[in-house]
Amino acid sequence: MHQFEIVRWAHLKLFGLDASFTNASFYMVLAVVLVTSFLVLSVRGRALVPTRSQSVAELLYEFVAKMVRQNVGHEGMKYFPFVFTLFIFILALNMLGMIPGTFTVTSHIIVTFALAATVFVVVTAIGFARHGFGYLKLFVPEGVPFWLMPLIVPIELISYLIRPISLSVRLFANMMAGHTMLKVFAGFAVSLPVVAKIAPVLFTVAFTGLEFVVAFLQAFIFTVLTCIYLNDAVNMHH
Amino acid sequence: MDANAAKYIGAGLACFALIGAGIGIGNIFGNYLSGALRNPSAAAGQFTNLLIGFALAEATGLFGLLIALIILFS
Repeated sequence: MHQFEIVRWAHLKLFGLDASFTNASFYMVLAVVLVTSFLVLSVRGRALVPTRSQSVAELLYEFVAKMVRQNVGHEGMKYFPFVFTLFIFILALNMLGMIPGTFTVTSHIIVTFALAATVFVVVTAIGFARHGFGYLKLFVPEGVPFWLMPLIVPIELISYLIRPISLSVRLFANMMAGHTMLKVFAGFAVSLPVVAKIAPVLFTVAFTGLEFVVAFLQAFIFTVLTCIYLNDAVNMHH
Repeated sequence: MDANAAKYIGAGLACFALIGAGIGIGNIFGNYLSGALRNPSAAAGQFTNLLIGFALAEATGLFGLLIALIILFS
């Protein structure tokens, strides 16, 4: 559990609230700096035939752009900067957490909840801005007989309101459970006698590989679900 | 019963949710595999949906794990 501890590096109080610079803040700043410098510097040459790093930047762009176009349609490209920022931020935070000795920022529910709440508020705002009160038709699917409405509408409402919770808990639980398991098996690898050490060591190696996949996958899933919720808000074809 | 003992029992019981996660994930991948073996060329197109389905099924199991952790640590 020590690996999830938030440590204050520079104490700071703003308007009575604790705004200290912590290890979590450091890794968030590091993620932003690394991603921004990579994306800006790699595309600087603007080569028609891309260099290796420009290729990677273009791949990242195209990956998220394809996701947005497929799930939201061409109108959704308006929200591409938001979706891309979400994806690359979560991906960078997850990947930084895979380095031994670092702190996984997304393994804290408050961080993932902040991201999920942002997505929820933004999507709801877009829905109401585009469709006015017609956005509430989202909870009344087409073709439902009127006598089923008292059952369907509350269920639809609850499943809409649970989105920020499911979005945040999915990312948080995956990251926390993954890192806790890694620590448990690494602990076995250290504490068992030499004859029995090989099994936990091999398992830890394999599981670390799986954790890299999970880190990427969870960033991808968060983004894809954001695109699906955006689709609900932008094109209300329920 | 000692409150601490009840905590541990509760956390253990909450992990039963992971049974559902295991069955669901196995279901999804099994169906994908049987479909891919029948129609390999169509398999690549559904790979994204496979990953989405896996993440959603895993999430429900992890909600149970979250409750277990909440019980254990608060």
